[in-house]
Amino acid sequence: MSVLVDSTSRVLIQGITGREGAFHTQQMRAFGTNVVAGVSPGKGGQDAGGVPIFDTVADAVAATGANVSGIFVPPPFAADAIMESAAAAIPLTVCITEGIPVHDMIRARAFVDRIGGRLLGPNCPGVVTPGQCKVGILPNHINAPGPVGVVGRSGTLTYEVIQGLCQAGMGQTTSVGIGGDPVLGLTFADVLRLFADDAETRAVVLIGEIGGSDEEDGADFIRASGFDKPVVAFISGRTAPPGKRMGHAGAIISGNTGTAQSKIDALTSVGAVIADTIEDVVRLVRERL
Amino acid sequence: MKLLEYQAKQQFASVGIPIPEGRLARTAAEAAAAARELGRVAVKAQVPIGGRGKAGGIAVVDTPEEAEREAARILAMDIRGYPVRSVWCETGLEIASEFYLGITLDRDRRRLAIIFSAAGGMEIEQVAEDAPEKIAKLWPDPFAGPQPYEIRGMVFAALRHAPQFRDQAAKIATRLVAITSSLYALAGSLDAVTCEINPLVLTPSGEFIAADGKLEVDESAHYRHRDLADELAKDATGDDGRTGEDPYEVEAQRRGLTYVHLDGNIGVIGNGAGLVMNTLDLVKQQGGDAADFLDVGGGASAEKVRASLEMVLLDPKVRGIFINIFGGITRGDEVARGVIAARDQLHITKPMVVRMTGTREEEGRALLREAGITPAVSATEAARMIVELTRDGS
Repeated sequence: MSVLVDSTSRVLIQGITGREGAFHTQQMRAFGTNVVAGVSPGKGGQDAGGVPIFDTVADAVAATGANVSGIFVPPPFAADAIMESAAAAIPLTVCITEGIPVHDMIRARAFVDRIGGRLLGPNCPGVVTPGQCKVGILPNHINAPGPVGVVGRSGTLTYEVIQGLCQAGMGQTTSVGIGGDPVLGLTFADVLRLFADDAETRAVVLIGEIGGSDEEDGADFIRASGFDKPVVAFISGRTAPPGKRMGHAGAIISGNTGTAQSKIDALTSVGAVIADTIEDVVRLVRERL
Repeated sequence: MKLLEYQAKQQFASVGIPIPEGRLARTAAEAAAAARELGRVAVKAQVPIGGRGKAGGIAVVDTPEEAEREAARILAMDIRGYPVRSVWCETGLEIASEFYLGITLDRDRRRLAIIFSAAGGMEIEQVAEDAPEKIAKLWPDPFAGPQPYEIRGMVFAALRHAPQFRDQAAKIATRLVAITSSLYALAGSLDAVTCEINPLVLTPSGEFIAADGKLEVDESAHYRHRDLADELAKDATGDDGRTGEDPYEVEAQRRGLTYVHLDGNIGVIGNGAGLVMNTLDLVKQQGGDAADFLDVGGGASAEKVRASLEMVLLDPKVRGIFINIFGGITRGDEVARGVIAARDQLHITKPMVVRMTGTREEEGRALLREAGITPAVSATEAARMIVELTRDGS
């Protein structure tokens, strides 16, 4: 079992002819992802390494039955791409693009909520179900199937955790990167809900960072839903100064909100165990499986 | 991008929100001329940070001579690290009451929030803490924008806790519908993440005037507001080409690097925001202090690593460098060669510790060791080593 994507996912890439889109489409196909279509306005009818290209998402869905979209278009056009995907009734849209203006994202998120469907990201590494399907930019070789669900904000830290788990012989059901922007689609709470319902996920690693209160909301979900799988949490930015944006648009402590301590306290209070290092994450997960 | 007070006010005026009459002065003589023209004025330091009144950056003057003297004093000031480049000289207002009206990003609701309070002139965060009932909020539909009935509802809700306005509530609500609609449109057109009028002054004659304001534009939307950025740069830049922000961060921005300047002495470079934040935490855990946060981003090409090393070393406090790269599909030997070449080109003699993963990472570590750079397998171990190497007396 898995969450969000599996071997039945039929993936469409928006921005397939761009530099990033082209490179990562090739990587995803090498991983085994079933990429059925690409979208690049004005290039409909052409193909990208054997993948048919369409002018619009609606055309691509009608012709190929795509049910997941991966977005690699540049920031000025990315919010529109999200809305186009949702409007074509694609159930899961994964937006990799970093740097989308927040006003655009507020509208795109509201649009997706209204129409229905799920949005992962933006500014995220994507999602991978080992051995089945990857939509995004996570490195191909570091994951393996197993019982751990991974959800994180940061790309590279999530990769570190996945690699650490694999080196210790613990694979993953699915790894999900929710992204580092202030306005996101799926939240920690949303992904925890998915892992709660996935019988094969026996433990969850949550990789949070300073800024906002998604980690606290995740803790609220754990308490309210009676989530009973072990959660090992890791929070980066414990020593970050307030008021400074630490790389991610969303990684900023504003006043008293968004501190690492607030997140650590919230997660600890619902029984999650906090790891101080990646090595600790691996050790603590092993003890709980 | 934070606009200065006078720029924010000019933006308010451009959408029909009244502001006090004022003149910008970059010299004491210009301030004197403004006072000659306007009479009694407040001379206000133009810096993108709060607390300037307490710091002595605002003076009320009656004569041009006084204006000249006070402007000279304020223009020589440095307010919490921001050198004062200009002063805004503006006529005083007759004040009946002070309100707060602001628009800000509400991350939890994933919408813009409009905030209104009859407790104006104070930090809204403080009001929220001390008397949350005095604040009313509205989260408009992102497509429809705030409707008049919603704005009236917000205003009436806030005034319920301010009985002194009972007789004027309907009139205030009507005026606020117009001002709030204009401010919301302005926030949208400028991609503002903060757009605040505080205080919004009600004069004895019943007019609302924006007496002070804050406007911050979303960094991700700068490409849509180059004109504003240019204007801001022109205004805030002194002879030394600086903008008043941290000089290292300004330089990093010029070089296109994601860099935050910190207080310690260990230079930190890594790939990925979360990973670099974690690297700072590891350095602290081992008893050290990072001098910076520098994210080289995806790929971590040899050229980017070289540019990053160069940037980190601009700060003379830096005694050693910790490079933490998650290789993914990148080859470890390539990263190692890039680091060695950069060290040789830049003649770096300060200690360096490199922790990296990726294919061929063992070959990479061997190369580093041969070149006299300390390689590490785990990030924790690497943090311990760099703290050791940069300790006093080592």
